[in-house]
Amino acid sequence: MNLIQQYKAPIYDALESFRRQRVVPFDVPGHKRGRGNPELVELLGEKCLSLDVNSMKPLDNLGHPTSVIRQAEELAADAFGAAHAFLMVNGTTSSVQAMILSVVQSGQKIILPRNVHKSVINALILSGGVPVYVPASVNERIGIALGMDPKAVEQTMDENPDAVAVFVNNPTYYGICSDLTTIAGLAHDRGMKLLVDEAHGTHLYFGAGLPVSGIAAGADMTAVSMHKSGGSLTQSSILLCSDSMDPDHVRRIINLSQTTSASYLLLSSLDISRRNLALRGAESFERVSRMGGYARDEINEIGGYYAYGKELVDGRDVFDFDQTKLLVYTRDIGLTGIEVYDLLRDEYDIQIEFGDIGNILAYISIGDREQDIERLVGALEDIKCDRQKEPEKTWVGDFIQPEMAIGPREAFYAEKETIHLLNASGRISGETVMCYPPGIPILTPGERISPQIIEYIHFAAEKGCSLQGMMDEEMETLSVLL
Amino acid sequence: MDIWFSQMDTNHVKTSVRVDRQLFSGQSQYQRIDVFETREFGRMIVLDGEIIFSEADEFVYNEMIVHPPMAVHPNVKNVLIIGGGDGGVARCCIDYPEIEHIDVVEPDEMFISVSREFFPETAKGFDDPRVRIINQDGLRFLRRCIDTYDLIINDSTDPSGHTEGLFTKEFYGNCNRALHEDGIMVYQHGSPFYDEDEISFRKMHRKVYKSFPISRVYQASIPTCPAGLWMFGFASKKYHPLHDFDAERWKKRGLKTWYYTTNLHYGAFMLPKYVEDLLEEEEGRKAKETE
Repeated sequence: MNLIQQYKAPIYDALESFRRQRVVPFDVPGHKRGRGNPELVELLGEKCLSLDVNSMKPLDNLGHPTSVIRQAEELAADAFGAAHAFLMVNGTTSSVQAMILSVVQSGQKIILPRNVHKSVINALILSGGVPVYVPASVNERIGIALGMDPKAVEQTMDENPDAVAVFVNNPTYYGICSDLTTIAGLAHDRGMKLLVDEAHGTHLYFGAGLPVSGIAAGADMTAVSMHKSGGSLTQSSILLCSDSMDPDHVRRIINLSQTTSASYLLLSSLDISRRNLALRGAESFERVSRMGGYARDEINEIGGYYAYGKELVDGRDVFDFDQTKLLVYTRDIGLTGIEVYDLLRDEYDIQIEFGDIGNILAYISIGDREQDIERLVGALEDIKCDRQKEPEKTWVGDFIQPEMAIGPREAFYAEKETIHLLNASGRISGETVMCYPPGIPILTPGERISPQIIEYIHFAAEKGCSLQGMMDEEMETLSVLL
Repeated sequence: MDIWFSQMDTNHVKTSVRVDRQLFSGQSQYQRIDVFETREFGRMIVLDGEIIFSEADEFVYNEMIVHPPMAVHPNVKNVLIIGGGDGGVARCCIDYPEIEHIDVVEPDEMFISVSREFFPETAKGFDDPRVRIINQDGLRFLRRCIDTYDLIINDSTDPSGHTEGLFTKEFYGNCNRALHEDGIMVYQHGSPFYDEDEISFRKMHRKVYKSFPISRVYQASIPTCPAGLWMFGFASKKYHPLHDFDAERWKKRGLKTWYYTTNLHYGAFMLPKYVEDLLEEEEGRKAKETE
């Protein structure tokens, strides 16, 4: 990384000089620097609205960047150690889509873990690619899916030598990292591409003592959610490529679905965040790791909770653990993660990232302060004192591997009927059933419905999980293939 | 020279004080600290733009947060002061000989040293051998205390600043556990007058009301506070601030005060109608009026 160059923020600078020129707008957006929408100015501020402008010569164009956006992308590539970087304005979902559409064509196979984000399954509906799932292993104590064991990946590769790519989410939502370097070697030996969903891994590129990043491990493409740990605005993201990819091809793929009116608020936030990360990322994430470690120790000292960390590492399906993540297993105090999540919000005014059946995730970032950590720890202690119950014996594992009957694209477009969930056993699902958070599909189109899956859906609903994707909001009926 | 310091009471109201000169300005790990010499209020300390106290009116605050609980609880031995980096509350406490131990938990060391330097009279409270200063986050300190104190005074300033955590359900729950079974907690309850403050005023009462069997609010008039009006909370597991108040016992002590009297003790718990209504609504004893 050329540190001197990283002080630059070309999009930010271009916007600043554009603002000072006081150009009279006879172009879109029609709010004209906010003058046409005073309530919005009141809410978001004059400066924000005055920078919400259209692509124009001095500000470049995201579809075909030639000046400031191109420079910003080059700086981002250098900061992340990649050959190419693409600024993305439609979320990391669009980055994931671009990765899959760039390498997987209709009918081609891609190897992936079950616990992928819904954007991956959706991208396969678009591309017509066929998923081959590597069996997920679950940590039984805390009920979370672990990473991809290279041995299991190798076996799946050997069984599917025609697969064109391997997809890994790294780290997972739960901070679990797989052995990317080994998986990259296995993939490249067989002419497969390695795609990495680093939605929760921006900081790996900048922090010291953190798990290895996708690009450093040899991935061909990675999707980086800058708006998560990177500090940029919601919906902004970065797609990184190694020199094994043709950047013009990737750009054409991105332009298939990308807006032609990219928001400069999002673009400038990416530019400024990249600069912050390059210049100050190491010290910021050192602080985040320290706060995470402190919170883990304090929570474990309360007793009853299990805030897990590096001790999970086993060199196989937990190759490494991202210590900036604060995950707490709550079932030993008799409460589900969802119940603790709700209590924290309703009784303590604390909003955490998610609660699932057994765990909560408190997202710690460069924006946190030590006193906020104390609040979280204090609240967890208070919840334990006030609400502790006998732990429930019932346990339904968080992940069930369903059998793939037909490809997701074929199933998505097939004729369907709606039947009661209780009668759905043995049928092929026509829709996606998501348990949210953490956003992992229980069923995707094309998968066969088993009695265990029906039972799991009921249990999750009873525990207050938000089940999404089903057309029936009451979650009583399901769309299945004729 | 015409220098004015303004405290933004709301986005549309400010309290301005003419400043003679600035004596100190610094940024601690927690907050910005400023000390001004003023014509009207003498020396004045400002944290993150909010007046914390001035030489002219600090007596109101310190007396009103210490004497009311001390006149109710018959035998206070162990006191915990959360915040209190200026030493004013501790100074009021040391006048009571039955108090054996006073813990002051103030995370901000700079605030303590600035207070010692510019407000030596107030900070005198720290010099008493019964006082122990602990530089730690209040919530963290409390997590490790069970059945330890007779009186907890939350002397933290601002429910929206770095001491936000000391105005939360977890804090009140932790205080409850840290107190003996007849313990009392008093705390700053803010000002209910302006709309923005009213919401936090309501929330605070709702949380304490749920955490303690007895929870009453009392008031004092403090010129440098927003709207000149300041509220305190009195929460207790056993003693009622009026039914268990022993005026004769307190008078016999012969303590010198400038604000607090035993008559004022009763008066302070008599609240304006609109404040009574807010509190009763949060207690669920009165239906909220539709807007």
